[in-house]
Amino acid sequence: MSALLSVEGLGISFGGLRAVHDVSFAVKPGEILSVIGPNGAGKTTLFNMISGVYRPGAGRVMLNGEDVTAMRPDLLARRGMSRTFQNLQIFQNMTVLENAIAGFHLTESGSLMADLLRLPASRARARTAREGAMRLLERVGLERAAETDAGNLSYGRLKRLEIARALALDPKVLLLDEPAAGCNAVETEEIDHMIAEVAASGVAILLVEHDMKMVMRISSHIVVLDHGEKIAEGDPATVSRDPKVIAAYLGAEAGEETDA
Amino acid sequence: MSELLQFLFSGLTVGAVYALVALGFTIIYNASDVVNFAQGEFVMLGGMLTVFTYAAGLPLPLAALIAVLVTAGVGVALNKLAIEPARGAPVVSLIIITIGASIFLRGGAQVLFGKQIHRFPSFSGDTPFRIGGATILPQSLWVFAGGIAIFIGLYLFFTRTLTGKAVLATSNNRLAAQLVGINTNWVMTLSFALSAGIGALAGVLITPITNTSYDVGIALALKGFAAAMLGGMGNPKGALAGGLLLGVIEAMTAGYLSSQYKDAAAFIVILLVLFIMPQGLFGAKQTERV
Repeated sequence: MSALLSVEGLGISFGGLRAVHDVSFAVKPGEILSVIGPNGAGKTTLFNMISGVYRPGAGRVMLNGEDVTAMRPDLLARRGMSRTFQNLQIFQNMTVLENAIAGFHLTESGSLMADLLRLPASRARARTAREGAMRLLERVGLERAAETDAGNLSYGRLKRLEIARALALDPKVLLLDEPAAGCNAVETEEIDHMIAEVAASGVAILLVEHDMKMVMRISSHIVVLDHGEKIAEGDPATVSRDPKVIAAYLGAEAGEETDA
Repeated sequence: MSELLQFLFSGLTVGAVYALVALGFTIIYNASDVVNFAQGEFVMLGGMLTVFTYAAGLPLPLAALIAVLVTAGVGVALNKLAIEPARGAPVVSLIIITIGASIFLRGGAQVLFGKQIHRFPSFSGDTPFRIGGATILPQSLWVFAGGIAIFIGLYLFFTRTLTGKAVLATSNNRLAAQLVGINTNWVMTLSFALSAGIGALAGVLITPITNTSYDVGIALALKGFAAAMLGGMGNPKGALAGGLLLGVIEAMTAGYLSSQYKDAAAFIVILLVLFIMPQGLFGAKQTERV
């Protein structure tokens, strides 16, 4: 099967700092590709370029055979790309349920007049979105918090709300930036299962995560970044044995010891 | 008693106009955090364009409609030509851009329409109604009706329609709105069109009472701003309440104190709000998430 999302020679500099340089990889439908690397390796910057938040200085992003480099996030959403943020992008003034419903924005669109007059078609669409949102909240275990203001949720629960909203878009490609951050072991495992499930349904998943156990367990493919460059790539077993990877994580000396 | 009622009527009439200007501020502020100081010029354009299309022989309702639509177009142009290219600039810079736009529009109007005072006739005559010893002009009732209609229309737009909700979502978190597929540029354009159109309609409604000239916008923008601050910037209900309240305060000041102090009322209100309750009557308390 051909790649759904591919990144070719992507790079960006901030002032003199080369944050990401010449990174390429591809994700197929149903695959989970994890991007790992030490703090400051450029993982989130890479995500921001792919999802249109930053304009790349070099390279291009291809989605489903179309060049989508530096395209606005709302246009990417229309083309089936959805993402979550490490530092959360939640509608703080809305309830949990309203946040999830917002994810159905694109499927809910109808005529202005029908909405104003509350015609049956418009009500039916609103009901579908509400039911869909409720199902997603159940899936991430937030159904009982549905009427709570999103601003009052803990970080871990907001992460799950953001995942629910991203899934509401019914994406073809899903970018998850540290989905398990701030979650306890049980919650992490739940998110684990959920991601595997979503991938199994044919979605290409791109994951940034610090929980190595999780990454090793669910990834089909891993890309390792260090100082903005790709230093290794392959399946979990290969990558975890790669001396360059071990060196990047533990420092050069430890890497040499493992070599010996 | 009849005197008080009289002041109340005139206060509510002018207050309804302040409320509409404040609503215009609110819409743009919510969509972009920008306080649009060209809001008063939209009111001026509404009245002025009606004067000239009416003088050109068009029936008054059609003239008014054209004025509202053209002004909405000016609002869109302001966003596209001046605000959007500066996207990413600090809010203060954007506000200064709107002050520049206001000066530009005022200058343009002066060249185009001259410096005289202009007017067109009331919608339904000038025979005042008598209520409880006080009189009220039919045009004042038009102003109230227009204000109420716009307020209800906006309420339905924001609570019922998907587009309205998209505007609210954008004001809440622009990036999150983009993530769910909302075109936030379109939301901005729409907000400017809406806000300019509402300003223009206020101008159309009030001109038969107050007349208009190229420079009426400055005072209206200031009063509308005071009203929006009083009600709580960003809150439509606050804009309505703040506008009406400010109108009444002004009328009472003019009636019981001296009409010379009328304009001071707005400034004193701004100062008091800033000193005592910066969030305004209906404004949300600012809390930072840590």
